[in-house]
Amino acid sequence: MTSPSSAPFPVPGALSVALSDAAPTVAPEAAGSAGRTPRTGRDVVVGVLAVQGDVREHIATVESLGARAVPVRRASELAAIDGLILPGGESTTMDKLTRTFGLAGPLRGLIDGGLPVYGSCAGMILLSDVIADPSTDRHGNPQQTLGGLDIVVRRNAFGRQRESFEADLAFAGLAATGPAAGDDPVRAVFIRAPWVEKVGADVEVLAQVPAAETPQAGPSDAAPGADLEPVARIVAVRSGNLLATSFHPEVTGERRVHELFIRMIRGEA
Amino acid sequence: MSTVEDRSATTAQTGGNRVKRGMAEMLKGGVIMDVVTAEQARIAEDAGAVAVMALERVPADIRAQGGVSRMSDPDMIDSIIEAVSIPVMAKARIGHFVEAQVLQSLGVDYIDESEVLTPADFTNHIDKWKFTIPFVCGATNLGEALRRINEGAAMIRSKGEAGTGDVSNATMHMRKIRSEINRLSSMAEDELYVAAKELQAPYELVKEVASAGRLPVVLFTAGGIATPADAAMMMQLGADGVFVGSGIFKSGNPAERANAIVQATTFHDDPDTIAKVSRGLGEAMVGINVEEIPQPHRLAERGW
Repeated sequence: MTSPSSAPFPVPGALSVALSDAAPTVAPEAAGSAGRTPRTGRDVVVGVLAVQGDVREHIATVESLGARAVPVRRASELAAIDGLILPGGESTTMDKLTRTFGLAGPLRGLIDGGLPVYGSCAGMILLSDVIADPSTDRHGNPQQTLGGLDIVVRRNAFGRQRESFEADLAFAGLAATGPAAGDDPVRAVFIRAPWVEKVGADVEVLAQVPAAETPQAGPSDAAPGADLEPVARIVAVRSGNLLATSFHPEVTGERRVHELFIRMIRGEA
Repeated sequence: MSTVEDRSATTAQTGGNRVKRGMAEMLKGGVIMDVVTAEQARIAEDAGAVAVMALERVPADIRAQGGVSRMSDPDMIDSIIEAVSIPVMAKARIGHFVEAQVLQSLGVDYIDESEVLTPADFTNHIDKWKFTIPFVCGATNLGEALRRINEGAAMIRSKGEAGTGDVSNATMHMRKIRSEINRLSSMAEDELYVAAKELQAPYELVKEVASAGRLPVVLFTAGGIATPADAAMMMQLGADGVFVGSGIFKSGNPAERANAIVQATTFHDDPDTIAKVSRGLGEAMVGINVEEIPQPHRLAERGW
């Protein structure tokens, strides 16, 4: 994983041999947002927000790909990371703990500054600019997010645990990401999962649950309680350095999504 | 992962092992709180609980009032499901598969087949594979945990002694399970057959635990946790998370104590934070020493 090069952008053939043998290198202007130099000269360090959730699975997946992963619970630990994963768990719990322990502010600053961030499930909710149905506390204050990703998410949109499901999904852009790449569908595990209800102009949709795979139609803002025809639901998106999935690749042994994220950190995807 | 042969057929599947066990993985590092009203559920959610356990009486009251203790009233469970956005768990009696069917019908997110309620079957536990929603079960040792997993439990909690505010049994059960796992990990492969016999657990599960060095499902702890320090100790002993029953709503200041226990669970290895959150919480639950409870009234000894 180490590379002798200190070039600011990937040089074909010189970098990240383990991750990018077969992959075409993207043009520099496509990589990440301006103002943040992609990490290329040494191993990347991926932080995993560790206030609550399936931290262990994300760490194991990152490490299986040869990168370093470290749990992050304090603002002082943020300086050492090149990218951050917001894991699955309870978004309300993570919201409260990141605010109580002074992490939310610094995290928002880093996201604004172009830090690559990947959120799965609750992590997608934390990354979203808007929650369609935020939880509200006893004093009427709505749940907050870190934001940065121009999407509207709906929590538990596919239903409760009884409706939680797994399904095969086509996922755009994984085929070219590295040695774990392939055209096989992603076996996606959805656990009380959110979906993306709206995306902004700069947000790329990477995967959807097709209508036929959608267990239930879900709620309608226009006509509450109405039975809707099942429609395809957006469950994976990317915008610049931010990546989010409604589902949990980390619990199935699926490594290609994390591989894509590590390549984003390296400025290679 | 294989490619899909028939794209016209749906590939979606509910109630699979990964969905059930995965749900518990998402609760890790969190606190699950016993609640008996919608208002308590809101307090728990505001404190940052990862889930609530809806039940009619907290274990301390079950202990004090006696009588047969059963699944909660569906109206009460509905009102709690309505009140919060976090997962809602509920308890069924050991072996009472119809209570479990009702809880699944109500849409609870996890069923606790619990020794805190009066057992309905002194021989068999519920066949948990038959359900779409997952189960958590109590265990006092590794063999018991593996028998429950073999019956389909997707999450294990060490039992402790519920409703006491005395953490000593929770400590004993966590240490016991951990030391039995360590012992398996250090064994030669040909010793695992006898180990399985001694544990009264299926060989395949014993082998899996020996090679992974942990249970194949998430391990929480329960029973007697009343303070932030109790919760943090359980985490340091290797629990993936904490159930708090009577400890919160039988204390002087439930909202503050709930907050403090959540924070101490996340920062379980940071004594400065635990000290800070332990201040000004008011009275902890009064509690009962487990040693003073006559043997027949010890809940941890229900289930086998």
